[in-house]
Amino acid sequence: MSEILLETHGLTKEFNGFTAVDNVDLQVRAGTIHALIGPNGAGKTTCFNMLTKFLPPTRGRIHFKGRDITGIAPADVARLGLVRSFQISAVFPRLTALENVRLALQRARGNSFDFWRSETALRRYDNRAHQLLFDVGLTGLADTAAGLLAYGQKRALEIATTLALDPEMMLLDEPTAGMTHADVDRIVELIRSIRTGRTILMVEHNLSVVEGLCDTITVLTRGRVLAEGDYATVSRNPEVIAAYLGSDAPELAHA
Amino acid sequence: MSASATPVALGAARPGLFGFTRAQAVGFLLMLAAIVVLPHVLYPIFLMRILTAALFACAFNLMIGYVGLLSFGHAAFYGMGAYVCAWTLKFWHLDAAAAILLGGLTGGLLGLALGYLAIRRSGIYFAMITLALAQMVYFFCLEAPFTGGEDGIQQVPRGTAFGIFPLHQDMAMYWLVAGIFIAGFLLIHRVIHSPFGQVLKAIRENEPRATSLGYRTMHYKLIAFVISTFLSGIAGATTSVVFGIATLDGVTSARSGDVVLTTLVGGLGTVFGPVVGAIVTTSMENYLAQFGSWVTVTQGAVFVVCVLAFRRGIVGEIAAKLRLSL
Ligand SMILES: Nc1ncnc2c1ncn2[C@@H]1O[C@H](COP(=O)(O)OP(=O)(O)OP(=O)(O)O)[C@@H](O)[C@H]1O
Ligand SMILES: [Mg+2]
Repeated sequence: MSEILLETHGLTKEFNGFTAVDNVDLQVRAGTIHALIGPNGAGKTTCFNMLTKFLPPTRGRIHFKGRDITGIAPADVARLGLVRSFQISAVFPRLTALENVRLALQRARGNSFDFWRSETALRRYDNRAHQLLFDVGLTGLADTAAGLLAYGQKRALEIATTLALDPEMMLLDEPTAGMTHADVDRIVELIRSIRTGRTILMVEHNLSVVEGLCDTITVLTRGRVLAEGDYATVSRNPEVIAAYLGSDAPELAHA
Repeated sequence: MSASATPVALGAARPGLFGFTRAQAVGFLLMLAAIVVLPHVLYPIFLMRILTAALFACAFNLMIGYVGLLSFGHAAFYGMGAYVCAWTLKFWHLDAAAAILLGGLTGGLLGLALGYLAIRRSGIYFAMITLALAQMVYFFCLEAPFTGGEDGIQQVPRGTAFGIFPLHQDMAMYWLVAGIFIAGFLLIHRVIHSPFGQVLKAIRENEPRATSLGYRTMHYKLIAFVISTFLSGIAGATTSVVFGIATLDGVTSARSGDVVLTTLVGGLGTVFGPVVGAIVTTSMENYLAQFGSWVTVTQGAVFVVCVLAFRRGIVGEIAAKLRLSL
């Protein structure tokens, strides 16, 4: 068994008395793809927000690479190699696709504070940025404003931008939500191709994606961990089936 | 901000020299030509009023137009720059260029201190906290002995610039002011089109995403604020040399309001908007001065018309019509 990269102890988030995430102990092993699933409102995104420090936890601790990151700033979490994507696609809409990716390269490699230099200094990142756009299937769209891309393309651009940081661990919040079948297949292929040397924690509603991609699955309902294990184990768990039957994703019962 | 509704690529037009698009380069050359020709036609004093107002508005525009933060306290930096410049000029007999630079540094340092307190807020909260802090600066200036209270610092000699250029003639003064304006204008343009400016755009477009890429966004906003307040200090200092006076007028909230108005009228977030806005508001002040309090009423009316009819300001509307970025 490989070492544990990300770990939480008793992670809890309360919003005005309402407990969105309740005492969650999560362990993500290095090199795996780990899914966080559960019905709407289960607290998945809230978990992500706490892991990346966008929300302060009410209680509990978070360890990444053996280091307690509970108290650090969100930008510093990213600098440690834990980079997230967002449930609502997050691009810089009025910048071109190339500029979007370049912004990540620029952060990782310096000179972001140079206000006296021409932005032509950023051209040295162009080759790498074009390569990343090619990797996610966006060749030819480099000069298009990100806001004008189709939905699936935006998600792909987001992944390219995240990859530009070469993060040790990626958190993907519903990377395939709202996509056509073809787009879903492309993103799944993409995630498969980038997983080497990386750890991925992803929220995903599409269970066939989870089945095909993920090594470990944690099921969350009403803020609590309901079950954990590989797909076969989890999908046979009667409590999981019940939780899913009571919601909007009955597919699991047939799996 | 409504401007971001249509995702037209900001960087799509290939930038040429200094990051100017072709249309902007033409605009810049026209502006240079006007700066050279106009003092032979119009009063240099009037033109210097415009140029300093334009520099102040350009500095302000860096925050509202490119960082998306509305400062309601920019007079603090303008006015303190003016005081320090006038004081060192009058009592230390400093070189005018050095005194102006000192005024700018005063604005920038004060900007660092006040910005540090304000920059974590956004939207209306940022506007309110900058207004409150600027009011504190106003009361400080009212009480502090070195500002001369209600009288201000008067009869400041212009002296010489760079040790060799005497400034007592208006034309000599004019060229210094023009040089300062152009340098400030180009500095702002360079900042916007730099690796740093690229990050500012990203923060304005989607701050959580910029954070998630590892950008400590507060640092970038604070640096932009310091550059903006430095140039505001330069604008205030330059004005005090031109008119030989620095008064409480420079640190009032009315002055902060003026620069907001100027930038809105011209078009915020545009390169030439603050300049056009300064021409309009300064001319109005100048030609309506004989009607006394009607200046304020007319300014108010222009403000209302602008906000209702041309939301993007004069230059913003023209740019939208011509589909250019100006
Ligand atoms: N900022 C907030 N303030 C108050 N309640 C919140 C806040 N953010 C989330 N919640 C609540 O916490 C619960 C969990 O929300 P969360 O977004 O984490 O769910 P999710 O599992 O990501 O759901 P989905 O599958 O719909 O994305 C929901 O009931 C939500 O209404
Ligand atoms: Mg969610």
